Amino acid sequence: MLGHIVPKKTYFLIFGALLALTALTTSMAYVNLGQWNTIVALTIACCKATLVVLFFMHLRWSTRLMRVVLLSALLWLAILISLTTTDFFSRDWTPIPESWETSRLPSPPAQGELRTSRQ
Amino acid sequence: MATAAVGPETRVDYLNVDYGIKSWLLTTDHKRIALLYLVSITLFFFVGGAAAALMRLNLIEPNGALVEPATYNKLFSTHGIIMVFFFMIPSIPAVLGNFLVPMMIGARDLAFPRLNLLSWYIFMAGGALCMYAVIGGGVDTGWTFYTPLSTTYLNTNVMSAALGVFVAGFSSILTGLNFVVTIHKMRAPGMTWFRMPLFLWAIYATSIIQILGTPVLAITLALVGLERLFHVGIFDPAVGGDPILFQHLFWFYSHPAVYIMILPSLGVISELVTCFAKKRIFGYSFVAFSSVAIAAISFLVWGHHMFVSGQSIYAGIIFSGLSFAVAIPSAIKVFNWTATLYKGSISYQAPMLYALGFIGLFTMGGLTGLFLATLAVDTHVHDTYFVVGHFHYIMVGGAVMGYLGGIHFWWPKITGRLYPDGWARLAAAIIFIGFNLTFFPQYMLGYLGMPRRYAIYPPEFQVLNVMSSAGASILGVGYLIPLVYMIWSIRYGPVAGPNPWGAKGLEWQTPSPPPTENFPETPVVTEEAYAYGAKEVAVG
Amino acid sequence: MADSHAGAALAHQFEDLEQQHEAASLGMWIFLATEVMFFGGLFAGYTIYRNLYMPGFDAGSHLLNVTIGAINTAVLICSSLTMALGVRAAQLGKRKTLLTFLICTLALGLAFILIKLTLEWRHDYLEGFAPGLNFTFAGPHAKSVELFFCFYFLMTGVHALHMVVGVGVLSVLLALAWKGHFGPQRYNAVETAGLYWHFVDIVWIFLFPLLYLIGGRY
Repeated sequence: MLGHIVPKKTYFLIFGALLALTALTTSMAYVNLGQWNTIVALTIACCKATLVVLFFMHLRWSTRLMRVVLLSALLWLAILISLTTTDFFSRDWTPIPESWETSRLPSPPAQGELRTSRQ
Repeated sequence: MATAAVGPETRVDYLNVDYGIKSWLLTTDHKRIALLYLVSITLFFFVGGAAAALMRLNLIEPNGALVEPATYNKLFSTHGIIMVFFFMIPSIPAVLGNFLVPMMIGARDLAFPRLNLLSWYIFMAGGALCMYAVIGGGVDTGWTFYTPLSTTYLNTNVMSAALGVFVAGFSSILTGLNFVVTIHKMRAPGMTWFRMPLFLWAIYATSIIQILGTPVLAITLALVGLERLFHVGIFDPAVGGDPILFQHLFWFYSHPAVYIMILPSLGVISELVTCFAKKRIFGYSFVAFSSVAIAAISFLVWGHHMFVSGQSIYAGIIFSGLSFAVAIPSAIKVFNWTATLYKGSISYQAPMLYALGFIGLFTMGGLTGLFLATLAVDTHVHDTYFVVGHFHYIMVGGAVMGYLGGIHFWWPKITGRLYPDGWARLAAAIIFIGFNLTFFPQYMLGYLGMPRRYAIYPPEFQVLNVMSSAGASILGVGYLIPLVYMIWSIRYGPVAGPNPWGAKGLEWQTPSPPPTENFPETPVVTEEAYAYGAKEVAVG
Repeated sequence: MADSHAGAALAHQFEDLEQQHEAASLGMWIFLATEVMFFGGLFAGYTIYRNLYMPGFDAGSHLLNVTIGAINTAVLICSSLTMALGVRAAQLGKRKTLLTFLICTLALGLAFILIKLTLEWRHDYLEGFAPGLNFTFAGPHAKSVELFFCFYFLMTGVHALHMVVGVGVLSVLLALAWKGHFGPQRYNAVETAGLYWHFVDIVWIFLFPLLYLIGGRY
């Protein structure tokens, strides 16, 4: 037999958990948790994704190499988002000289003003 | 059509096993697909080279000798797009990688042969789209497609060019995927990771970059296209979009892309240096791990293209520091090659000339990269010819020379014929001289302040520009010579045996040209890579 | 008989069926890694802009219908279940069961696309929330709301495109399964298609909270 045969019961259990978590995340959105709404929603999403990956996608019974592939992809996505974010969130740390304020610059052409034909 | 009287006897190999256009266009043999790529990228090389020739001709005069600035913009964009996406990125992986990866690990083919053929068709489709963009009016965004110029203000063939690059990206992804699976799962018995030729480590590292980086380019170009099509404002400040976001997303791929272009060449040099010094590589694991380190760190440095874009200074500091770090593994390779050469039994056939030229020119290009990684210096030389000189030293003095060295080295294996080494050495010398005459003045021009992508320049820069253009014509001659004698050798060159260089490696254990299934039976590997008379102490 | 069947199933470049199976799975996982990065570019852009323009993005998010989004999430989760059961059927050589589950997965996938097209996108277009085509929202933070909807349509659009491709792949598998092509020695295509399908489900699992929920609905 190639690959691992997963019992149907396991699949149905995970299915139930996924539906329950969906209901949970939907209902939690209606509760005022302030900053925590985001974290709760994303945490639940990660839990659901983990269940799908481990059980439906058989990663629980797969070789280490395939786990490394998935983790590398997630790590690389994290690199993309975090390093890009460092730019956007540290821009305000450097004050702009008053002489550079945009109100002193000539106004840019209106959108589409320079465009003669489209491609 | 039978081959000439002087040729291999009735032995069946991958070239004569079947004839006819269908047997080539529907092949799943990795060796034939490599040749399909070889012909395609050579054609693209000369298209991109023609654009460069016109550029250099124009730059003979300070006021532009040949074309209007608007046309010049289209020329450098064509040159960049074609050379980067349709020559450099596929060159070694798609030609030498496709041919050699299965042979070097002792396999019959890649893991997914039909996917391999699909990669070539996707590549050609992307190429056709870009050629349409070029011929049908041109594109003038530069190969970098910066917004808002590309999304809002231009009315040239941006869409088709972006679409062509988008499509070609998938060819790159699928090739990388094929290599990674093949190297992981199909090595012959006894071929452990640390017995693999270093070329395979380099190809593996390159494939990682192709897999993780290219999709981001794809989505970014898709965003540019959608913004043009629907006038939505993702990168448009009027709606709150940020053009710098485009640059982040674009360079997240495009910086690692330059490592896609150089890493395979670094792998080829390891093969050439060991064979033509008849010596084991010094520091095998250092060289192997440095390839992987380059691939990993390459993803952390993209902001060094954006130091003066409006990016935050603090992000700039981080990217600058990391850019210094990425130079280290490259330097490690250069040290190890030098140590390999030391007390080696060196012969100076053409592949070795290319390898030695590579080591010197790549080092120069790499060192100038450190200048560019330095925030204070880059403020002055960003977007000048200093940058142009830097990357051409790496890409042309480095990657292209590595590619040519590899093509010469494995040519007997690929075709079963020897090329004339005298002519090859002459061509290598002409290329070396022409190259330096073309690009060294560009360092000086950049340092003196001449901006890149300009069709005209102040008169005091003319002498250096003329030198550069003169060098370019010599370089062009140098590239044409191999085209002639290589094609000549296919029919008239002396027949090559299985191992004309006396090299180590599984690919040399099989006839030249190889049979379709590469090896009559699966080889078993018992010795280390580069097991040339092992008398010296090797580290690692 | 098992041997000749195995012979037919084994491609010439592989040594044995196990190597072939592992290569196929590894290949699909690597492809999914590329898809993570493909969607990742969009997620990165969304993250940046949401944090820059939070009031506008929250306002835009509130204009989406959570109930439909939740129903669609449930539809996709069901389709993942049926897909997983279909792969299991292929592994066990149960042709009829495989056909049933492939049809169910296909139907659920089409249902998702239909719900999205008719109940969400068409509604958004008519309401004037479609940037570039028909955007007439004039409330506070209008520009940021427009940017939000750019990302909304982009992200759900690229996702839907992947669903369509998945539906196409499933149709091909259905045709092959009908002809009895799959068996315990020969089900790699079903399994790798399953991996792809689950991945598309996972993308939606993240899109639903990111687009519909994190602004809070209180």
